[in-house]
Amino acid sequence: MAIGRVMAQVAMVMNLDKCIGCHTCSVTCKQAWTNRSGVEYAWFNNVETRPGQGYPRRYEDQERWKGGWVRTRSGRLKLRAGGRLKKLATLFANPVMPSVHDYYEPWTYDYGHLITAPLGDDIPVARPRSLLTGEPMQVSWSANWDDDLAGGPELASQDPVVQRVGDKVRFEFEQTFMFYLPRICEHCLNPSCVASCPSGAMYKRVEDGIVLVDQDKCRGWRMCVTGCPYKKVYFNHKTGKAEKCTLCYPRIEVGMPTICSETCVGRLRYLGVVLYDVERVGPAAAVEDEKDLYGSQLGVFLDPDDPEVQEAARRDGIPEAWLESARRSPVYALIARHRIALPLHPEYRTLPMVWYIPPLSPVVDAVGAAGHDGEDVHNLFGAIDALRIPVEYLAELFTAGDPGPVEHSLRTLAAVRSYMRRINLGQERDESIAREAGTTGARVEELYRLLALAKYDDRYVIPTAYGVDDADRGVIEEIGCSLDFESGPGMGGMGPAHGRAPAPPFGEASGRPDPASVETFHALRTRQSSDAPADRADLKGRVNLLNWDGNGRPEGLFPPRGEER
Amino acid sequence: MSTVELMLWGVLPYVVLVLFVGGALWRYRYDQFGWTTRSSQLQESRLLRIGSPLFHFGLLVVIVGHAVGLVVPREWTRAAGVSDAAYHAVALGLGAVAGLCTLAGVALLVWRRRTTGPVFSATTANDKVMYLVLVLAIVAGLATTLVSTAAEFTGAHEPDYRTTVSVWWRSIWVLSPDVPAMAASGAAFKVHALVGMALFALFPFTRLVHAFSAPWFYLFRPYVVYRSRDGRTGPAVRATRRGWS
Ligand code: HEM
Ligand code: SF4
Ligand code: SF4
Repeated sequence: MAIGRVMAQVAMVMNLDKCIGCHTCSVTCKQAWTNRSGVEYAWFNNVETRPGQGYPRRYEDQERWKGGWVRTRSGRLKLRAGGRLKKLATLFANPVMPSVHDYYEPWTYDYGHLITAPLGDDIPVARPRSLLTGEPMQVSWSANWDDDLAGGPELASQDPVVQRVGDKVRFEFEQTFMFYLPRICEHCLNPSCVASCPSGAMYKRVEDGIVLVDQDKCRGWRMCVTGCPYKKVYFNHKTGKAEKCTLCYPRIEVGMPTICSETCVGRLRYLGVVLYDVERVGPAAAVEDEKDLYGSQLGVFLDPDDPEVQEAARRDGIPEAWLESARRSPVYALIARHRIALPLHPEYRTLPMVWYIPPLSPVVDAVGAAGHDGEDVHNLFGAIDALRIPVEYLAELFTAGDPGPVEHSLRTLAAVRSYMRRINLGQERDESIAREAGTTGARVEELYRLLALAKYDDRYVIPTAYGVDDADRGVIEEIGCSLDFESGPGMGGMGPAHGRAPAPPFGEASGRPDPASVETFHALRTRQSSDAPADRADLKGRVNLLNWDGNGRPEGLFPPRGEER
Repeated sequence: MSTVELMLWGVLPYVVLVLFVGGALWRYRYDQFGWTTRSSQLQESRLLRIGSPLFHFGLLVVIVGHAVGLVVPREWTRAAGVSDAAYHAVALGLGAVAGLCTLAGVALLVWRRRTTGPVFSATTANDKVMYLVLVLAIVAGLATTLVSTAAEFTGAHEPDYRTTVSVWWRSIWVLSPDVPAMAASGAAFKVHALVGMALFALFPFTRLVHAFSAPWFYLFRPYVVYRSRDGRTGPAVRATRRGWS
């Protein structure tokens, strides 16, 4: 096939077998990007227990939420929520906007009460208060409320994927299976969020495929929230602008992995370059049968070892360093060479670029629980064939219901297990095990290096951005001190949006936005010195130790000295 | 022509014009980040889905009505064979319906803002002032309709706005304000014009600036936007159809 315009994408693969559901990725991501008011409820990275409803609740029910694309009878792609005219006609009130309660109402605790409560017989408690209204509230849901509760009949029966698999799924205790699904924005090749934005403020970057929101161009029409079928665009209710996962582009640009990858306890994330042909994107997303979408997306990717691809890539201005990086990309290897990573919900037709290696653990657990050897390839293969429900469930997640690719992936993982056990036990290599999974011993050992040893340098193969010198690798560009901007704290001010300096003229959210580092600086500082959500004046100057990171000596940590009183 | 009249109808319009245009330009340069609808649909959707379309669609009709009423001289419609009575019947009928929709919509929006906790917390002082002036302008506008309609029925001697307000309005644009024309109009019209000018003066400094950014361009651009890292808009890398196809 002739090669059209070649573009590069920094993509991710997650190996679900290794996720322990610790939420470290979510927390570090939140600390870096969304610890500000306005996005308290937003988790650019979240980890959901499957089966489960996910976050926001039941986001996969596209009949209701209308995310992504649909194919019209004439074979064209249409936004499920409606085309351009409909978008403009419904601009005044979006007909399918999730409410904050579909995510959850963010809250804090009234810690101040612990020290201000009058003396009495009862131990004072810190009650929850809404971060939206400051009023006391009853906490009834959150981003991972059903954590570890997969299989519980009330919750799991509400999982849209379970509902599609049908009544075959009985959540009887002995039959449950469970795994964690960490999710970030998919940085899709055919992003429906971008297509839904009336202002054209969202865009996909040509060089690395990262999908971003231009904060200065966003006008708050909030159509992208509906457009994204993964519900990974969040509306900042304070600034009135959309925000989303940035794939930590300031880090990616200097060759560093994203925060979620860097801090992942299970070391299960892989980052690397994938080359693709933009001209094939549209046709691939519009194939008739949903089950073909996995295959058609594979057809969009280009083999970086193919000399013709290399030539075309050079023709289209892909730098040599990126070509080299694409050849070594673990992501391309897992997706295309070994075909063990699969896309999440290809039926949304956005061609997502965060792929998943399905978990073998439900299978291994079932074999082990039945008292059999969970590392014997025949036991495992038998179980993959017998355990229809986990396989069908995974197929609904990753291949629009086609069990074939899921089985291939699980059998390969099973083969790695058995093949490597023999080696570890000092036995001979048994090529037949690999053959039964349709692969070779050498490839199995390559997978073992990538999946089990999973060295840092093998997991993250990230070139620096075009025009950024390799000498800058790992150096995040700071324009001097990040606090030294006009009227910033480094210049003697407190930053415009922080109360002490004159407030900006058009409300809190106007004016130049503070750099994220400055906002974090102030958020920590304000939280350290106030206990109440609504900054109660009588508590000014006190330090909330729960928010003190141990550095420095915040004002008010110690009572004033004698002479200062 | 008293000094007060001269100031109100001869000088004030230009002050407002400078504030409106200058303010908008200045804010567009200074405050791209604050230039947004600041949508509150995340916090509350049920009432907004009734109130906001009611208000906005009503307002669009009202705006078109204002444009026709102010721009087209009475002589032109007469020349086109439209009788004054027919013109007024249509204008007042349509105006009243659209005006009432707008008022009902804005009332619902204000009520929602006051009673929905999260939306109330997200309401700034700026919003409150804007709402006050906006509601006053709508109410005063409806009052003029009421007065004119009453005049139609009772045959009372109300000055026709097409020979007073509209003449003054058109005269502003040719830089020779016809102060006596406006001074001759009814009290309701004067109040409406004053509050209207206050609204225009405030406009660029409130969330209302979102109206300037109505995204009609969406109809013409390719669905997926590509941009290069250094800020240049990427070439249209995928062939696309236009919006109406
Ligand atoms: C065609 C142009 C316009 C468009 C596309 C538009 C669209 C919008 C949108 C999307 C919202 C946010 C609703 C929400 O989700 O909370 C909004 C709010 C609002 N708009 Fe407009 N608007 C337009 C023109 C105007 C004009 C001309 C005015 C008044 C002079 C106006 C007054 C308002 C007000 C007062 C609100 C706040 C509603 C509330 O949340 O209480 N708009 N508009
Ligand atoms: S997953 Fe990311 S790129 Fe894809 S539609 Fe959603 S927000 Fe856009
Ligand atoms: S940090 Fe890694 S192991 Fe922990 S929840 Fe996130 S993806 Fe899973």
